[in-house]
Amino acid sequence: MIKRYALGTALVLAIGAPAAQASGEVNLYTYREGKLVAPLVEAFTKETGIKVNVISASSGLEQRIKTEGANSPADVLLTVDLGRLDDAVKAEVTQPIKSEVIDKTIPAQYRDPDGNWTGISMRARVIYASKDRVKQDAITYEELADPKWKGKICIRSGQHIYNNGLFAAYVTKHGEAKAEEWLRGVKANLAQKPSGGDRETARDVAAGKCDLGIGNTYYWALMMNGDPDKKPWAEATKVILPTFAGGGTHVNLSGVILAKNAPNKANAMKLIEWLAGEQAQKIYSDTNYEYPIRAGVAINPTIAGYGKLNADPMPIAKIATNRKAASTLVDKVGFDN
Amino acid sequence: MTRTVPEIIAIFLAALTALVVAAPVISIAVLALQPEAELWQHLLAYVLPQALRDTAALLIGVGIVALGIGAGTAWLISSHDFPGRALLLWLLPLPLAIPTYLAAYVYVDLFEPLGLVHRTLATLMPMPDAIKLLPAMRSLPGAIFVIGLVLYPYVYLSARAMFQHRSADFAEAAKVLGAGRWTTFRRISLPMARPALAVGLALVALETLNDIGASEYLGVRTLTVSVFTTWLNRGSLAGAAQLSLFMLAIVTVLIAIERFGRRESSYEFSAENPRLMARTQLHGWRGALALTACLLPALLGFAVPLLYLLHQSIRRGLLTTETTVWRDAGHTIMLAAIATGVALLLGLIVVIAQRWRASRLTDASFAIAQTGYALPGLVLALGLLTPVLFIDNSLNALARWIGATPPGLVMVGSGAAVVIAYVIRFLAVPTGFIKAGFERIPVDYDDSARAAGAPVMTSLRVIQLPLLRPALLGAVIVVFVDCLKELPATLLLRPLNVETLATSIYQYASRGSFEEGALAALLIVAASIGPVMWLARFADVPKGPV
Repeated sequence: MIKRYALGTALVLAIGAPAAQASGEVNLYTYREGKLVAPLVEAFTKETGIKVNVISASSGLEQRIKTEGANSPADVLLTVDLGRLDDAVKAEVTQPIKSEVIDKTIPAQYRDPDGNWTGISMRARVIYASKDRVKQDAITYEELADPKWKGKICIRSGQHIYNNGLFAAYVTKHGEAKAEEWLRGVKANLAQKPSGGDRETARDVAAGKCDLGIGNTYYWALMMNGDPDKKPWAEATKVILPTFAGGGTHVNLSGVILAKNAPNKANAMKLIEWLAGEQAQKIYSDTNYEYPIRAGVAINPTIAGYGKLNADPMPIAKIATNRKAASTLVDKVGFDN
Repeated sequence: MTRTVPEIIAIFLAALTALVVAAPVISIAVLALQPEAELWQHLLAYVLPQALRDTAALLIGVGIVALGIGAGTAWLISSHDFPGRALLLWLLPLPLAIPTYLAAYVYVDLFEPLGLVHRTLATLMPMPDAIKLLPAMRSLPGAIFVIGLVLYPYVYLSARAMFQHRSADFAEAAKVLGAGRWTTFRRISLPMARPALAVGLALVALETLNDIGASEYLGVRTLTVSVFTTWLNRGSLAGAAQLSLFMLAIVTVLIAIERFGRRESSYEFSAENPRLMARTQLHGWRGALALTACLLPALLGFAVPLLYLLHQSIRRGLLTTETTVWRDAGHTIMLAAIATGVALLLGLIVVIAQRWRASRLTDASFAIAQTGYALPGLVLALGLLTPVLFIDNSLNALARWIGATPPGLVMVGSGAAVVIAYVIRFLAVPTGFIKAGFERIPVDYDDSARAAGAPVMTSLRVIQLPLLRPALLGAVIVVFVDCLKELPATLLLRPLNVETLATSIYQYASRGSFEEGALAALLIVAASIGPVMWLARFADVPKGPV
């Protein structure tokens, strides 16, 4: 490995530098940290003998693929949000995923109609409520704008992709005008300026800064089962699965795209199909506490403890079309200021 | 006069180096030419006003903090004697070993609700009351506090050199004339130190502008953060380039200030045996006060982050469980070592070319080679992408044309792009050090060697390089440590399967569990301590012949 850099650097202009494109490899760009992806990657390699090269980052991967252009080594991009999937489509770095396996196992609601992406697991955007101070056990997203929560809600930046997904779903459900009114209501209920991440939101609820926090399902489970320092944050709160009035809970996707210029296309397809398989679904759900996307895979007990997930039937692709509107609304109502 | 082959090669390489250093700026300028009307409407309405306000407030705030602490402690320690002074002499510069982003992560962890400070306070009072006392770290004041605390040594070091050596005669004259300590400081020492303070402040401002990890994490939406989000979240390279150009304009102003300051202080380096100012002895509460005033910034800027990282690494048993950190450390050292070697070599060539043949071309090459430091890492990385990918794509086209297998992205894929970014960004260090080193070697030596018939390469090898050793060593230390810490360019340009210590810490922090990256952070700090102490000593020794 080290030799490779030395060589590559010394021979800046030389030909024939090593490239991770030999057969039997596949290059994975991922928004999931390398550490969390590692168990999946190892299992895949063990089963197929195909080596997986990984680069992980918290932003900009689709842009990187686009900039790398025709010679990009990227085969598969793994995202943890519908927004990034949509970004990849907009950056024109995708090609259709043609697979009977995928079509059969992944519900159409969680796939792009044009095949540009497919979901591989689900996470829901839910409420972390204070055990002491919140008596209610059911709540609707609409209700978050109710003045009874004035000064009681914590949330991360309104421009963060997770919130962007939720707000775009609201726009899809109720239209822009209603969504704007709702956002103003939610903003009026905030206990503090949006900041931090979903963990900090749970922590702020635990510390008494607010009664309700908005966060993803898996953060709570990670805090509960992972770092003992953070366990008290989860223990002070309960997870409520909110629903849209007359609908279900907003779910987001962890999904994949097949890169437009994928040099190892065949291996990439193998990886994508494998990710939709039972073993991967189980690993994914147990290492990161997500909802399996295919039927018949057991839900991790911590996640199952939240209650039965009644996912809203709205197609994810439809939500994606309202992302820009949601982002503009956030700026317009000054949600983050 | 005819030119010898080594001379011609040196001149050519120097010019080539200058061209490479200039490439990112040229490429940014070209990228910025693309129209982005819709984006600018959005940027003007929602992004730029905020970014300008935040950037200005951050620069001014950090400047005030760094100036207050840096000049204050430098003055205390240069003109006074008090208990603990010897310890402080080496403690005060050490915050430079803490990268800004690390300081931000540590202070957020310490001051978060239910964090260490909150829990400690809560042993004295109820939790909800204690929470009201916690300062909000994720805010502009938080960022000013954190960044100012670790960058003040730039001001301290330059001010100290000034206070220590320059004002002895004046200060004593003032004393004879009956001026008090405070009056002497205000009317004599401070005005005399002004150029040095300007130099230190400009460096603080450049580092602040370069920072992305701390500002982003603390929720301060500066121009640097805006460049990042414009490219990565809005998908507009052209827009990011336009913002970058705007940033470069600010940087140019800062550099002009620094140059101006340095010009005024040029006599600083002329005297060979400066007389040191007699120090006033401080006793009792005055001594205690001086000690506290100097100890506090060193503790907050260095000891607290260091101890926190140490504590987390031990408590979490990271030494045994954190296995990837050693691989990341290997990548980091490898990239930094190669970059240091290349930078040293190119620095040497640029300076030698100018010494051998001072001409408009070699002078310009030297000047351009020093501009890289002014490029924020992120802007540099953005600017490098186009030329680097151009080479990569040309290689692939060439391979296809001759019927060979296209090699893929060689420059990006091998880490060469990261190395080039480091070299461009830090080349100013070896050129500066080597130039200063050469200035202490009389030109007579060159002439004598030449008169004796020695080829230029021989006199370089036998006479000059040995004399240059201290300067070369200094350059190596500084560049190496700067490379270890570099974040923004590494983040954008690193190849598959590669994390450096800095990027892995960044990733831990972005998913909200920075403590798990404590060991990696500790390694960066530990590696930087020695060099910072060496630098401080270097700055401390009265300037004279080596």
